[in-house]
Amino acid sequence: MSSSDGHAHNPHLAHHFDTIEKQDYAVRLGMWLFLGTEVLLFGGLFLGYTVYRHFYHEAFHEASRHLDLWAGVTNTIVLITSSLTVALAYYEIKRDNAKRAAALLIFTILCALVFLVIKSIEYTHKFQEGALPGAHYHYAEVTAPGANLYYTVYFLATGLHAIHVIVGMSLLIWVLARLLKGHFSSSYYVPLELGGLYWHLVDLVWIFLFPLLYLI
Amino acid sequence: MSQSNQLSQASDDKPVYPAVNYLNADRGVWSWLTTVDHKRIAIMYLVSVLIAFLLGGIFALALRVELLTPGPTIMGANTYNRMFTLHGVVMIFLFMIPAIPGVFGNFCLPLMLGAKDVAFPKLNLLSLYLYWTGATIALGGMIMGGTDTGWTFYAPYSTTTPMTVFPLLLGVFILGFSSILTGLNFIVTIHTLRAPGMGWMRLQLFVWAIYATSIIQVLATPVIGLTVMLVGIEKVGHFGFFDPARGGDPVLMQHMFWFYSHPAVYIMVLPGFGVISDVIAAFARKNVFGYKAVAYSSLGIAFVGFFAWGHHMFVSGQSPVDDGAFAAISMLVGVFTAIKVFNWVATLYRGAVVVGAPLVYICGFLFFTVFGGMTGIAVATVSLDVHWHDTYFVIAHFHFIMVGAVIMAFLAGLHYWFPKMFGRMYHEGWAMVSACLIVLGFMATFIPQFLMGNAGLPRRYYIYPEKYQSLNVASTAGASLLAFGFIIIAIYLIYALARGEIAGANPWRSEGVEWMTTSPPDKHNFHETPVITRDPHSYQQPGEEVEHVVI
Amino acid sequence: MTVFEDLLRRMLWLPPPNSTFAIPVDRLHFFVIIVTMIASVITGLLAFVFLFKYRQRSRTQSTPVVVPSVKFEIVVIGVPLFFFLLWFVQGYKDYVWYANPPENAMDVYVMAKKWMWKFSYGADGPNAISTLHVPANRPVRLLMTSRDVIHSFFVPDFRIKQDVVPGRYTETWFEATKPGRYQIFCSQYCGTWHSQMWGEVVVMDGPEFDKWLVEQRQGLLGSRVDSGGDDGPAFHGSIVEYGKQVAMAQGCVKCHSLDGEPHIGPTWLDLYGKTETLEDGSTVVADEAYLTDSMIDPRAKIVKGFKPVMPTYKGRLAAPDAAALVEFIKALRTPGLEAVPSKEAIYEPVKPAQPSQRR
Repeated sequence: MSSSDGHAHNPHLAHHFDTIEKQDYAVRLGMWLFLGTEVLLFGGLFLGYTVYRHFYHEAFHEASRHLDLWAGVTNTIVLITSSLTVALAYYEIKRDNAKRAAALLIFTILCALVFLVIKSIEYTHKFQEGALPGAHYHYAEVTAPGANLYYTVYFLATGLHAIHVIVGMSLLIWVLARLLKGHFSSSYYVPLELGGLYWHLVDLVWIFLFPLLYLI
Repeated sequence: MSQSNQLSQASDDKPVYPAVNYLNADRGVWSWLTTVDHKRIAIMYLVSVLIAFLLGGIFALALRVELLTPGPTIMGANTYNRMFTLHGVVMIFLFMIPAIPGVFGNFCLPLMLGAKDVAFPKLNLLSLYLYWTGATIALGGMIMGGTDTGWTFYAPYSTTTPMTVFPLLLGVFILGFSSILTGLNFIVTIHTLRAPGMGWMRLQLFVWAIYATSIIQVLATPVIGLTVMLVGIEKVGHFGFFDPARGGDPVLMQHMFWFYSHPAVYIMVLPGFGVISDVIAAFARKNVFGYKAVAYSSLGIAFVGFFAWGHHMFVSGQSPVDDGAFAAISMLVGVFTAIKVFNWVATLYRGAVVVGAPLVYICGFLFFTVFGGMTGIAVATVSLDVHWHDTYFVIAHFHFIMVGAVIMAFLAGLHYWFPKMFGRMYHEGWAMVSACLIVLGFMATFIPQFLMGNAGLPRRYYIYPEKYQSLNVASTAGASLLAFGFIIIAIYLIYALARGEIAGANPWRSEGVEWMTTSPPDKHNFHETPVITRDPHSYQQPGEEVEHVVI
Repeated sequence: MTVFEDLLRRMLWLPPPNSTFAIPVDRLHFFVIIVTMIASVITGLLAFVFLFKYRQRSRTQSTPVVVPSVKFEIVVIGVPLFFFLLWFVQGYKDYVWYANPPENAMDVYVMAKKWMWKFSYGADGPNAISTLHVPANRPVRLLMTSRDVIHSFFVPDFRIKQDVVPGRYTETWFEATKPGRYQIFCSQYCGTWHSQMWGEVVVMDGPEFDKWLVEQRQGLLGSRVDSGGDDGPAFHGSIVEYGKQVAMAQGCVKCHSLDGEPHIGPTWLDLYGKTETLEDGSTVVADEAYLTDSMIDPRAKIVKGFKPVMPTYKGRLAAPDAAALVEFIKALRTPGLEAVPSKEAIYEPVKPAQPSQRR
């Protein structure tokens, strides 16, 4: 086999790549492409939102008044903060501050948890009120036609987003575990970077969902 | 330099079968199921898609037999409806989409790049497992009662039918994931694992085609994933997203469906175009005419293909302005395809053509692609489509491209790369016989369907007026000829696996990079990383005076 | 020319052209198919000829590098583009003509449901299942909706087809040129008996049709099959009567008066066919399209002097109900006042609704 062509052998380097730089580039490119598919996945829901908002302008406006604005604002702040801390973790690991990076990651994961808790409280409210999607809708306060579709879009979009929060959180926990085992340093930190990228996407989707669902 | 040296050595010596190769380097079923070798994954894809093709083919034959008489023949209406749904789903999601990328893409792409593997070998294996999972769930739905929605899953029919739809939708969703990961893997592989000296203009045309295909897979598939999930949620949970009774819009579902499914036909056909480009160069022993035009037109088709979806919806009630825009954009796809066809024919011009079974398929392919492609332009011509929409004319057009073009390309590729994959040759005589049978059987099957469409017979009809019977009988007769051709292929290829003549490294004396290693290749592809020193598909001897001809 | 066209039609298995739209469609069809056949046969043959002409003579034979000249490239791109664009332009021109029904068309409401077609001829007209009676040489517009899933109305002899979608209205039209009986197919898959969702268009001579219509109105009014269907809101009697019930039930009349007095919304009396001035100063004729649009999206076109307060009825109003409402509005007319813009209306203005006999 001619897999090692004389260069220093990095334990993270797979046999089919020549250099670790090339491998890192490949992994990053793969992640960006994957994020692209995620954007299109949510894009379909945003399209649905646009179409139905156009059809049922009033109902959507009215129904959006009945979301808990403060829960939404808190969650937005929580998520933006977590994006900052995950970026800082990346900054720290590049400077070999593994402990600080770990602390920042833990904070990020906690933020994700807080987000999910607040979201589930919101969901419980909606369930109690009967502000449910489609056929299950029996919310007395908004009766305009199309209100049920607002909650369909609301639950689909925030539900899909919540799944992404859970996936992102699990990713970060895995990254944290490896970090604590000492796998990462300034010479190898790609998984942390990718976890952070994914987390930013989760955050970014929320930045669009929040004004569309809560504010306008 | 190294390129042709290695080749001439390989072709002059007596053919040898490498004692140790990727097929026998590790043994046992477990070594196959856990492999990350792109070649083994390709072989597993080959077996899987051929089983899917067999299943889909059996469904097709059953449908054709049912249509022999205007009334009920061998099955009930519901069985018929389930059968055409299965034929569509199995052929499209389990065969056409993964076939060429999964088999030849996986096998040849790293070899053509001079790489040891794809960029993410484990992800590649995961794609295969997702394919198996999706296939199992989709086919499991058949046992649980079957689905009768057609492969298009149009709401609100799909959300209100009493039959089981969810497993099929879930299966398609998972298959979509498999397709996305394969595309992602290939894009990264092409970007990062090219051998030294291989610039973008030195990629073989098959690689360009796979690249364009992968872009579509990555960008379009998430939308079908979302769409089928929304339909599934609607069916099970009554969310009202596409349900007019609850304010939803069923036409929105069609837009979302075709946003994927129109580009998806290019996911199926572009790899086929890539196979043709490579095979035609090897058999004409000549540079591909207009390399850049062929390469870029793949990207052009991929790009334009994203904006043409509305031509499936001319009679759905969308506005005439939209109809016009989508129709005009569809014409551009035709121009890109026309460029390719001209270049393939021009590649044969003044070549040193070696006649073989793959070339018979290519001749069929060229005729079918032009006819199928131009009838595609015809159905994108709005006023004509009003008559043809949802009739057998569209079915015939679609099969001309999907069977006439893609399956001919698949068979050409299968015969061309068979010795690469297994190190043995198939029987040339039988290959020629079956190739001719298939080309003729294909014409006999689908030309009557064009006429049925003209006469106004809608698709998905279990019972039809008597005046269409003669055409249906002709089509069924053609289908049995087609089936006969496939049976012959299966027999001689299986025979060749065990007893075929030893092929040697490069039986076709092809200049493709994939032929620069032994056949079958070593587990790690190349004993020495190849260095690329010349343009792809160059059939001039080193140092030879090259004659330039301008036409 | 027509002999040649008939020959081609026979070769291509096309049904005879029995509508005004069929003739331009068939001409373009012939053009497209002939070019397609020539191009594909030439390509296939050329490849085949090259196989023999340029067969390999020796294993060491070398091949030239063939490169395209600019002229060649222009031809290769230009010729297909020319043909494709030509077809597109001609096809689109014909289609736009087809997409805009003539104003004097006779309206027939079509309701599709699994697995039958129901036709009703506006106010006071007859209803029918599966058989659509129309006059020859007069344009007929179909206003179509579905009760359950998507269907598609297809008459091969007329070369027309239009999806019939639940929850919204689609329209198509044709002008049959020859009396006869023509097959209707459903061409959008709609379930078990999709393949049996057939109907028939019976095209009659103009005078004969008029006579038929009068007969239907007089004799068969009480015993006709209504268009309500068996699983929908049952109503027996005219569609106008039913529209009135819908207007009451939906509360339309709380805002729209029936006596000419403007209330919260414009009055419905004499509304149909009236030219209304909108808020932005533009005008719109209150035709079927405007009326149905206003139920679905009331705030898109607000009549001057009224406030945008009407909620949308999309999702609240079943499509057949919307149809009945339109017919009800059309029937609300001051006796003696001709408000319909086109004088060419080929069917008689609706008479005051008579209480129909119950079965």
